[in-house]
Amino acid sequence: MTSTFRPTRLLATAAIAAIVAGPALAQDPIKIGVLEDQSGDFAAATTVKVHAIELAADEINEAGGIDGRPIELVVYDTQSDNRRYQEFMRRVLQRDQVDVVFAGFSSASREAYRPIVNQFDGLAFYNNQYEGGVCDANMIVTGAVPEQQFSTLIPWMMETYGPKVYTIAADYNFGQISAEWVRNIVAENGGEMVGEEFIPLGVSQFSQTIQNIQEANPDFVVTLLVGAAQASYYEQAASANLGKPMASSVNVGQGYEHKRFTPPSLANMYVTTNYIEEVDTPASKEFLDKFHAKFPDEPYVNQEAANSYIAMYLYKQMVERAGSTDHDAIRAELAKGDVCFDGPSGNVCLDPKSQHMSHTIYLAKVEDDHSISFPTVWEDIDPYWLGEAGCDLTQNDPSAQYTPSNPPAQ
Amino acid sequence: MDFFSTAFAIIYQFGDAFAFLVLSAAGLAVIFGMMGVINLAHGEFIMCGAYVTVAVARMGVPLPLAIVAGSIAAGLVGLVIERLVIRHLYHRPLDSIVATWGISLIATQGVLIVLGSTMQGIGTPLGSVQVGALSYSTYRIVLMAAAVLILLVLWLLFYRTRYGVIARATIAAPQMARALGVDTRRVYALTFALGAALAGLAGGLYAPTMTLVPTMGATFIVESFVTVVVGGADIFLGAAPAAAILGVIRAGLTAWQGQFFGQIGLLVAVILVIRVLPNGLSGLILGNRR
Repeated sequence: MTSTFRPTRLLATAAIAAIVAGPALAQDPIKIGVLEDQSGDFAAATTVKVHAIELAADEINEAGGIDGRPIELVVYDTQSDNRRYQEFMRRVLQRDQVDVVFAGFSSASREAYRPIVNQFDGLAFYNNQYEGGVCDANMIVTGAVPEQQFSTLIPWMMETYGPKVYTIAADYNFGQISAEWVRNIVAENGGEMVGEEFIPLGVSQFSQTIQNIQEANPDFVVTLLVGAAQASYYEQAASANLGKPMASSVNVGQGYEHKRFTPPSLANMYVTTNYIEEVDTPASKEFLDKFHAKFPDEPYVNQEAANSYIAMYLYKQMVERAGSTDHDAIRAELAKGDVCFDGPSGNVCLDPKSQHMSHTIYLAKVEDDHSISFPTVWEDIDPYWLGEAGCDLTQNDPSAQYTPSNPPAQ
Repeated sequence: MDFFSTAFAIIYQFGDAFAFLVLSAAGLAVIFGMMGVINLAHGEFIMCGAYVTVAVARMGVPLPLAIVAGSIAAGLVGLVIERLVIRHLYHRPLDSIVATWGISLIATQGVLIVLGSTMQGIGTPLGSVQVGALSYSTYRIVLMAAAVLILLVLWLLFYRTRYGVIARATIAAPQMARALGVDTRRVYALTFALGAALAGLAGGLYAPTMTLVPTMGATFIVESFVTVVVGGADIFLGAAPAAAILGVIRAGLTAWQGQFFGQIGLLVAVILVIRVLPNGLSGLILGNRR
């Protein structure tokens, strides 16, 4: 540092700052905390979420902000580490005093930070597909849930390929609960589970698993693998010539494995997703163009990017309708059941009972050359399960996560 | 399923587990066994080898040459790191753990910043073979052969070459070796580079079968440390038999109860070995010999 202390310059700077800030004084920024993994095991799928939030914030700010107030993002890198989520969640809620938080990729990290959001009565958007069941007034979930992804995917796969199903799933809450959903839907449709295996996170060698699948000889394999290490499965299954069709709620739409891996290792993979960049609608194209204009090097715009972007506009809409960032006022707007947004993935609405979001669900098929086709599309699929099971956040707030085998007490 | 294809399935799974343990542990075992340095950046040398292999292979170079290039690159990086950091910490084992851990963090984050969160792979070559009702990846059989070959080459290197004699002399009695005119610093530097190159080789060999991410080294770390801890300081009397025993445990438990119990089996084996044989298998074998 060579500059010396110059009181006059400082005074001038302060004066200019005061003049510039003057008219905006009444318009304090709305602070949005962003806790996403920009490094570590999940970074490949989640860095783009931060970019989507930045894109939406820029657009909203250019158009005059939320109710005239500019958006200020407070971004922390949670490093794919659950403890970082807890640490940074405390920091954004206590020290940074943000109005709302957009946080989390893995279900383990969401469950790590959710008690802290409850403790400080914060408001958090979880913009990720997950295993469903979170009934918590402090959480708004824009990602797709099993009744949206599996009750469409599994019957379609069983009709197309046959009734014998083998599930391999990551061994933590997401994989376990998703596998339970698959098990139930297979049974409801008269199918048979010929195998089920849970893989610890971080495992990268799958020879034995591949052999087990061959011996069980299913009609298709449900792959609920998570993280970069487990993604090695596809390459290894292809090189062992396993040749089974695959069904998934997590691949392609999150980790764009079809772009990263050499064809045809992912061929014949079917995924239900509420958005991927291959979706061929004018709204999707427009979103993608805006994204690439701001982030030319973005490797892939996945469903979580779209959900994060949509969440920003939903929050803007609710704050403007409520006339404040107060959580109760926002939830009163949500409770009216008409908070909708027509965005990159089609029209979506928030469900007042569960505070989850309806989706257009695209069935994406990975072809031999790893291009994507869409054999079918289901429109306006509601996140019905929580509401039917007895979760009603307009009445009470259990702040719990339910599963089909552990539903709300009636 | 007839007897032959069942036997092949069992041998294949054992060989696959054995190859992964040997290849991931070889570099770590050389550096720990020969120099007493616990190298926590081991996984990042593996990652370095994998990245260089894939980058070179995508330029059109045949895969075997690309793997050699990956190994050499990791070895050169090892040489530089030995010169800059490790050399100053030879008699401070705890400090060298912290230093290599720091290198590991810097390498992971550096690759993330410079090359992004993921790199496109090159696909597994050689296709598959059908044995009985099951089909297997041919490349993984090559990996098993590579593991055996590397053990053989290392044995020849340490027991049949001049460098091997000098290296073992340096490890056994450094002062004496120095008195006889051996440049022990150079031996240490070469040994560290050799360990790094072996790690790079493991990365290169497994690169076509895995997702390339900056944290990929971490998936080798548990297996490599477990093997070295169970094996003890000598790579031939320790790491190789340890990998064989652990391979049986791993493949057997995974076949019986799934991946989760395969992982647990490895970790339980380590706890038992630390309790019963604090010097590992090689300590047991060498102890009986004396």
